[in-house]
Amino acid sequence: MLLIHCPYCEEDRSELEFRWAGEAHIARPENIAAISDEEFAEYFFLRNNEKGLTYERWRHIHGCGRFFNAARDTVSDRFLMTYKAGLPKQALPETGASEKTVETYEATEGDAR
Amino acid sequence: MRKYSVFAIAREAMRAHKGWEAQWASPEPRSSYDVVIVGAGGHGLGAAYYLAKEHGITNVAVLEKGWLGGGNTGRNTTIIRSNYLYEESMDIYEHSLKLWESLSQELNYNVMYSPRGVMMLSHNTHDMQSFKRHINANRLYGIDNEWLTPEQAKALVPVLDISKTARYPINGAALQRRGGTARHDAVAWGYARAASDRGVHIIQNCEVTGIRRGANGEVTGVETTRGFIGTKKIGVSAAGHSSVVMEMAGVRVPLHSNPLQALVSEPLKPIFPCVVMSNTVHAYISQSDKGELVIGAGTDQYNSYSQTGGLQIITHTLDAICELFPIFRRVKMMRQWGGITDNTPDRSPIQGVTPVPGLFVNCGWGTGGFKATPGSANLFAHLIARVEPHRLAAGLTLDRFRTGRLIDEAAAAAVAH
Repeated sequence: MLLIHCPYCEEDRSELEFRWAGEAHIARPENIAAISDEEFAEYFFLRNNEKGLTYERWRHIHGCGRFFNAARDTVSDRFLMTYKAGLPKQALPETGASEKTVETYEATEGDAR
Repeated sequence: MRKYSVFAIAREAMRAHKGWEAQWASPEPRSSYDVVIVGAGGHGLGAAYYLAKEHGITNVAVLEKGWLGGGNTGRNTTIIRSNYLYEESMDIYEHSLKLWESLSQELNYNVMYSPRGVMMLSHNTHDMQSFKRHINANRLYGIDNEWLTPEQAKALVPVLDISKTARYPINGAALQRRGGTARHDAVAWGYARAASDRGVHIIQNCEVTGIRRGANGEVTGVETTRGFIGTKKIGVSAAGHSSVVMEMAGVRVPLHSNPLQALVSEPLKPIFPCVVMSNTVHAYISQSDKGELVIGAGTDQYNSYSQTGGLQIITHTLDAICELFPIFRRVKMMRQWGGITDNTPDRSPIQGVTPVPGLFVNCGWGTGGFKATPGSANLFAHLIARVEPHRLAAGLTLDRFRTGRLIDEAAAAAVAH
């Protein structure tokens, strides 16, 4: 289970309190009725699904109830940072940026110890 | 390839089993192939086999970054069924189930297909109405599925708790008798052996790192950790890593990769005669031929490539198993693992052409790809050979997310809905 830092509550809380809410920084088209089917599919369905660094939204559903953004590594599942909704995509802190993703389960387990 | 038979066993028994040959060859890659398939799981190996057998295309390579069948093919709970709601789904899963029925003979390899029945438990009025709708849809389409009372369900699975005071009371069940299980490794090995016999190259420890394209955008080959391999046709069958491979050709796909976990118990004497699934309380269980209880859990909520998954997910599933089958409360669990499933927004697979000429995709099988292995492989081979989908897979195109013709398949799997 993940330990997630809510930037509003400013506390590390268990994943059970949170709901994943998809990729972050996807802007809803201004005039959605005017866009083409291709553009709608792109906006509505197509996702990066990155292996490695990903930016995503979470909601502290059993806490403050607010949405926020997170940068996470999808290979180690480690949270690199969380920040408040509405802020632009944040650069990673120095330590996070240089961190190499670990490939195997054994390696991740080693990290956890 | 020497055929496996009772005579072969007798012959080898008399010479200390020294005559068994390697099941498939491990050749050095050629500089180019007619078709390159990315991913040596059941779907990819099967597609190579059917390309060779049904379409006469034998200059085929199957590239695998790890080992053969080491991804989701070797990580699933081996459930086979075709009791889906929509025609697009019934078409492909029933095609697959029919191929399962004769697969051991077809491949001369015992895949241990066991049509022991798949029972889906109903816990409330909504379940009952939904399952009866599925049963009616299936039967109208020529697929077996029947309704059981709680007593009939218990007659088949005596360890099931159907008492009124149960934590998760049962008001009936849907049973597909032709559903069941098969040996997952044997499926990969059987297809690999049969494909290799027909000249297909299976190249393990060869990760695709890039897709090279020509002047008109068409594919010209793949960059791999073992060098460049030229080809005009690439079939991507990379399950949880489909987004990663497709990205190499600049194609975005509507997928989320999520860990899905399974676990097995210590071996027991035969106690569980069929597969039981409960979508509502989230549990799948069957007993392997080795005697282990094989239990499927749910997916984690977030995108991940970690092949692990959270402990709370399997705890939740075991809670349900212990309530449904109180006799299993003291059974010890032996191993747990995770695989990465590729889930689409409508929980139906994607198999079709892509905007890139020569690039074909078979992905999005999510939490239920094992049952589809022969059918999917068979139709994927057709797609690659003819450059147009087979009638039975015509609805599974990537384009449906643009046109809006989704296949919103709630029967896909409990874990994904």
